[in-house]
Amino acid sequence: MIGRLATIIKGRAATALAPPRDPSRGMTESQRAEAQRRRAIETGRNRLLFTGIMFTLAFAVIAGRMVDLTVLKGGETQVRQQARMARTAPLEMGRADIVDRNGVVLATSLPTVSLYANANEVLDPEEAAAKLVRVLPDLSRADVQARLSAPRNFVYLKRNLTPREQYEVNALGIPGLYFERGERRIYPHGGLFSHVLGLTDIDNNGIAGLEKTFDGLLKSGTPLRLALDARVQTVMRNELLRAVETFSAIGAIGMVMDVHTGEIISMVSLPDFDPNNPGATTAENMFNRATLGVYEMGSTFKLLNTAIALDSGKSTLQSVYDASKPLRVARFTISDFHGKNRPLTVPEVLMHSSNIASAKMAIDYGTETQRAYMGALGMLRTAAIELPEVGSPLVPSPWREINTMTISYGHGIAVTPLQVVTGVSALVNGGILRPATLVKHEPGAEPAGQRVLKEQTSYQMRQLMRLTVMGGSGSMSEVPGYHVGGKTGTAEKLGAGGTYRRKSLLSSFIAAFPMHDPRYVVLAMIDEPQGTKETFGYATGGWTAAPAVGRVISQIGPMLGVPSTTEDQAEAVLPIRYLHTLTKSTASASTE
Amino acid sequence: MSVSIGFGRTDTSILGEWWWTVDRWLLAALAALIAVGAMLILAASPAVAERIGADSFHFVRRQFMFLPLCIVVMLAVSLLSPRGVRRLAAIGLLAAILLMILTLLIGPEIKGATRWINIAGISLQPSEFAKPFFAVVAAWMFAEARESNAFPGNMIACGLYAVVASLLLLQPDVGMTLVLSAVFFAQFFLAGLPLALVVICIMAGVAGVIGAYQSFPHVASRVDRFLDPSSGDSYQVATAMQAFKKGGFFGLGPGEGRVKAVLPDAHTDFIMAVAGEEFGLILCLVVVGLFAFIVLRGFARMLHEDNLFVLLAGAGLLVQFGLQAVINMGSTLHLMPTKGMTLPFISYGGSSLLALAIAMGMVLALSRRRFGTGGLQ
Repeated sequence: MIGRLATIIKGRAATALAPPRDPSRGMTESQRAEAQRRRAIETGRNRLLFTGIMFTLAFAVIAGRMVDLTVLKGGETQVRQQARMARTAPLEMGRADIVDRNGVVLATSLPTVSLYANANEVLDPEEAAAKLVRVLPDLSRADVQARLSAPRNFVYLKRNLTPREQYEVNALGIPGLYFERGERRIYPHGGLFSHVLGLTDIDNNGIAGLEKTFDGLLKSGTPLRLALDARVQTVMRNELLRAVETFSAIGAIGMVMDVHTGEIISMVSLPDFDPNNPGATTAENMFNRATLGVYEMGSTFKLLNTAIALDSGKSTLQSVYDASKPLRVARFTISDFHGKNRPLTVPEVLMHSSNIASAKMAIDYGTETQRAYMGALGMLRTAAIELPEVGSPLVPSPWREINTMTISYGHGIAVTPLQVVTGVSALVNGGILRPATLVKHEPGAEPAGQRVLKEQTSYQMRQLMRLTVMGGSGSMSEVPGYHVGGKTGTAEKLGAGGTYRRKSLLSSFIAAFPMHDPRYVVLAMIDEPQGTKETFGYATGGWTAAPAVGRVISQIGPMLGVPSTTEDQAEAVLPIRYLHTLTKSTASASTE
Repeated sequence: MSVSIGFGRTDTSILGEWWWTVDRWLLAALAALIAVGAMLILAASPAVAERIGADSFHFVRRQFMFLPLCIVVMLAVSLLSPRGVRRLAAIGLLAAILLMILTLLIGPEIKGATRWINIAGISLQPSEFAKPFFAVVAAWMFAEARESNAFPGNMIACGLYAVVASLLLLQPDVGMTLVLSAVFFAQFFLAGLPLALVVICIMAGVAGVIGAYQSFPHVASRVDRFLDPSSGDSYQVATAMQAFKKGGFFGLGPGEGRVKAVLPDAHTDFIMAVAGEEFGLILCLVVVGLFAFIVLRGFARMLHEDNLFVLLAGAGLLVQFGLQAVINMGSTLHLMPTKGMTLPFISYGGSSLLALAIAMGMVLALSRRRFGTGGLQ
């Protein structure tokens, strides 16, 4: 039969598949119709032949494949590979991990299953609900029954079942119930990194913190390595919690920054929340005070003020400012908290934290200089950090002389704690401002930064900060071997009516260590601390925040591999003792 | 008078005339195919029936109840004249379309699709019947259009195609829509569709396949798994390939195969794997040979045909028959993405068997030798 087909094919090979040309001129109507019919049938035959050839080829390929598979054992390796692959279902692990600088997992995703129902397939909603509630007691029976009774083919019943729960639901054998594979974000450290990491919503979209900023990256499966150190973070949070409890405070902020890279090693804001249980968060818990809150920082700003005075050349360490009586400007009076009521040298201004002398230094260098330096130190612009929750500083406008004077001791300008930490890092690291970052820099890829102060100024600021701890208001932060330097700050918080409230303090201490070769800046701020019997009722930065910073440094110094050195070794690099000649009293009590 | 076994040449009774005009080669090939199918159902289905907890010969018994019925239906249909075939198809298509609409409204949803309907205790898949009837009706319309310039046959055929294809897609049954479209296109091609339009139709077909890939997730998943077996579960195909490999030239012998114990569709879509494992290459080639013979023999008969309707209808039915065989064997052999398509007369399945019996009955009727040119009597 195939042979017969072949003969036909040969006979027709010459005729094309296209319809033959119309030879119908000069024919009668019936002849023409007959010719048309003939042409149609002729086309049909030719094309049928073509179709037949196609089928012959197809059957030949199939027969060939059969021979190949059975006798020639073709595709053997392929078959074997497939057999091994057969039962592996792709594991859909979407959102990538976030790890700390040492690879400790801070956020990860676990595959889970969620229970849903095709309500149209559920035979008896009442019975099904009763059974389900027995194995999933946290569901409401009435609610489940209502969902199962609705004429919908997709209703969620419970998200994120445990394997045991899934097994028990399966064992009920209720038709119409299905499991959906998904994943759940897990934060193994609970609230430790809450504000930094932020949150994901129920569908695993980042909605706050780094989860939001790096949502696309994490979804694409790229893990994120942070600059933070889980150990340092733990120490910081513990010490802040202790301070909050001791002083019955309402909140606290803590940060540690690597002064040479701008990397944030620790960032804590209290109160915090457990991102594993986002339902329990409140707006207050969610608020990241370290980056979103803007505060009048108080006396810690005197560090910036002194640096400006020294760097602009208007003051030297030997300059003397009279703080013997309050300074009256228009209707304002600037006075000292525990005044010495005598002329003070520049080191004494910081050690005794004199508002009067600081304001006089500011008048000396002037408003324009202050504005320029504050801008260079990053105090006037919104900090660049990888978090969506960043506050903008409140800057005076217009910037009058009285503003210049109050800003010198940290009032009349409100900035985020992050800005202060970044600025002070530039003060002690040799005068280079580097942007703060929560993401770990690749080794060797640290940003060059921008020079904002002379190296000499930075050197002098190290001396002054060290001196303030050795003999001034920051003495309670001293850690043997780590040569802490720093500055206290105690700001009265603005009340509802725009007046300062004497009893609502924001007490802070900003430190760097070791001062002869600064590696880290450490900040602690306590919100509304109350004095205790041990502090003789004082709730100032020197009594509340400085001890916390000291305890933090004593623990993280060894962790971070900062070598402990003797006083003499430090003195050889950063001579402090000669400065005592510039101070009248080295053992005076702390004043703010 | 002696008892004659056959019919005399002069016998002009319906049966007598039938015996002398029917294509007995085609008849013999169909009989052989049905016999092979019966044997393979015996081999493959008991294991499947036991696995699903039914009695061992559940499928065998049902198929063997259907087979005599099918043979009777096929022979009965083959008695019809071409005009009778045309009438049967027109009425049948109307009924099938109505049943398909009814299926969408009241049919139960099975594995995500609504394809079956219960009529008097028998579950039917109306779309199986729509396919052959549609092919004949389309052939009629094309032939009329070619022979009378005034008759809008092409338009009517296209309209009917749109109705049937939409009903299939609503079920949804992408595979059957594909077969229906391919057969319709083949018939349009045979009916003299201008070559420019042929090219456009092929491109539209490609676009349609891409569209199906993008809008039906299960289609996309199957194609992906064909192109890259490691991208998902290609268990059935991998197992089938191993079965062919184990079978070799002579096969392991009846009942010695293992593949039927693990493949869910061993008695339907993957029955060729069972054949390959137990009966080897020989039987596989016999089956392919029978399919090729039936299609080509039918085509050869149509080449001698002088009536355009008969040519188009016969060719359409044969293309459908052949295409189904090619797709089924092609997916079992991992030459194309898996598609749930029964192997004509071999796979288990009542509706498909009955519809095929009608279709091949019509082929037999159309391929009978007639005298004169272009007549339909």
